[in-house]
Amino acid sequence: MSAPTHIRTPLGRVLGRGSAKSGTEHFWHQRLTAVANIPLTIAAVVILIMLLGRNQAAAAQILGSPVVAIIMLLFIASITAHMRIGMGVIIEDYVHDETMKLSLLMANTFFCFAVGLAAAYGILKLSFGV
Amino acid sequence: MAEARPVERPLSPHLQIYRPMLTMMMSIAHRITGFGLYFGALLLAWWFIAAANPTAYSKFESFVGSWIGRLILFGYTWALIHHMLGGVRHLIWDSGRGLGPNEREWLAAANLAGSIVITLILWGIGLLAMGGTS
Repeated sequence: MSAPTHIRTPLGRVLGRGSAKSGTEHFWHQRLTAVANIPLTIAAVVILIMLLGRNQAAAAQILGSPVVAIIMLLFIASITAHMRIGMGVIIEDYVHDETMKLSLLMANTFFCFAVGLAAAYGILKLSFGV
Repeated sequence: MAEARPVERPLSPHLQIYRPMLTMMMSIAHRITGFGLYFGALLLAWWFIAAANPTAYSKFESFVGSWIGRLILFGYTWALIHHMLGGVRHLIWDSGRGLGPNEREWLAAANLAGSIVITLILWGIGLLAMGGTS
């Protein structure tokens, strides 16, 4: 009978979730949103620059049109998800006090949801014209 | 005699020990642009919410039309593109490619040069589509 080569249980190996118990979820979501961000960023930058020099009515018309609104909503969703993971990594890298770290990780989540929702609210308000 | 003094142990080498290298600089730039873009998202939220209201939009316009506002917006778009290209570089590395010494240097240089060129091209397209700046 041979001794086990490492201490990981067969179940732990199969589940593949590691010591953080979240597996490769963060890694995968960071890549998933990174890939989504490539076309969305290019489109969003061009749209934003197009808005410059236009008055409110013209800007509202562009941002509220279906294609632009959907691109912007996707852009907002993808970047805020990406922001949350990225800032989480920065906090974990530099903040070593446990209370401060957990507080900042919470604040990070609140910020990303609040900014994302605020921006999405702006776009939806223009789209539905209310 | 038996005075307890803290022992001056050597620390592992940190940033200041290394000659700055382009690959190192682009790695740091990737993190700094990511950090900046995080707060740049506030600009988007302000922009989209203000667009529903003429008074609020004129306030936003006077900010974004000022030289500092334009600089911030240009910086925001450049940071977006730089971070995007840095991300593409990471996706290439994820596939196991581009890790050799020459490829690394080339990718770092392309990241910097590409971010400037693409940002200027996108501003060109955007400005053409609007028919001049104001």
